[in-house]
Amino acid sequence: MVGLIGKKIGMTRIFDENGKHVVVTVIEAGPCYVTQIKTNEIDGYSAVQLGFRDKKEKRATGPEIGHTRKANLKPFYVLKEFRDFDHSENFKSGDRLDVSLFSPGERVNIASKSKGRGFQGVVKRHGFKGGPVTHGQSDRLRAPGSIGQSSYPSRVMKGTRMGGRMGNDRVTVKNLRVVRVYPDQNIILIRGAVPGSMNSTVEIRK
Amino acid sequence: MGKLEAIGVEQLRSDLPGFGPGDTVAVHVKVREGDKERIQIFQGVVLQKRGSGINRTFTVRKISNGIGVERIFPMHSPNIEKVDLLRRGRVRRAKIFYLRGLRGKAARIAEKR
Repeated sequence: MVGLIGKKIGMTRIFDENGKHVVVTVIEAGPCYVTQIKTNEIDGYSAVQLGFRDKKEKRATGPEIGHTRKANLKPFYVLKEFRDFDHSENFKSGDRLDVSLFSPGERVNIASKSKGRGFQGVVKRHGFKGGPVTHGQSDRLRAPGSIGQSSYPSRVMKGTRMGGRMGNDRVTVKNLRVVRVYPDQNIILIRGAVPGSMNSTVEIRK
Repeated sequence: MGKLEAIGVEQLRSDLPGFGPGDTVAVHVKVREGDKERIQIFQGVVLQKRGSGINRTFTVRKISNGIGVERIFPMHSPNIEKVDLLRRGRVRRAKIFYLRGLRGKAARIAEKR
């Protein structure tokens, strides 16, 4: 596993070698710096902590400054751990990683916070079909239907799917194809959609 | 230019003639059949241009065997060999969808002078 932190720029389309449109998500990924290396011996698990997006020192808290100073780095807005990084024993704190980790045609997994949708009903949130439109039905169009039985158990089962807050969850989309990589601009193009809004932080894993 | 608009700029083409709604054009499209490639011509009236940058498209309408056929082309597609501007039409709006409801003599467009 190798990974990188990026920022979603937006979506557009480009033409492939056959002249077909390919819908792509533009991600500005890296450069990321290794801020800490966690090992089995010391931390009980193996991981690499990466920092992304420089933060002014006057905006950072004392612990943030102290933590990144150990790696001779400036503070970052985003710190994320990547478990079981390939060749993490060869890395040292302060190392720089960029989009050249990835190459066109590769498959990657992308994780991010999905867009918040607010309070949503069961049709949108859980994919319920709603009620019948005809046969004298009224006000049943997007109703959830029955949510349980009667006198026994006299309660609604825990975990019953109902309306509620939707989105703003961590979502991972697997096996997305890398279309292009621009190492000089730290830009990577991913085929299709990626969770999250513009400017949201995304994790790219291979 | 924003980072998003900068993607695919090298694919933008500037070799097409400046045509607009109301104009009659012949679009030469590359068609792949197996491993052979040939040129197909789609001739008709431009209904609209929309989008910007690499997303820009134009719609061409023609009457084929009495049936209206519209085709939307990506303006910067490498599959467009060339576009011939055959006739400039005088129209008063940017989207001439009203043409869809007209046929025969009524669907004529005056030539721009």
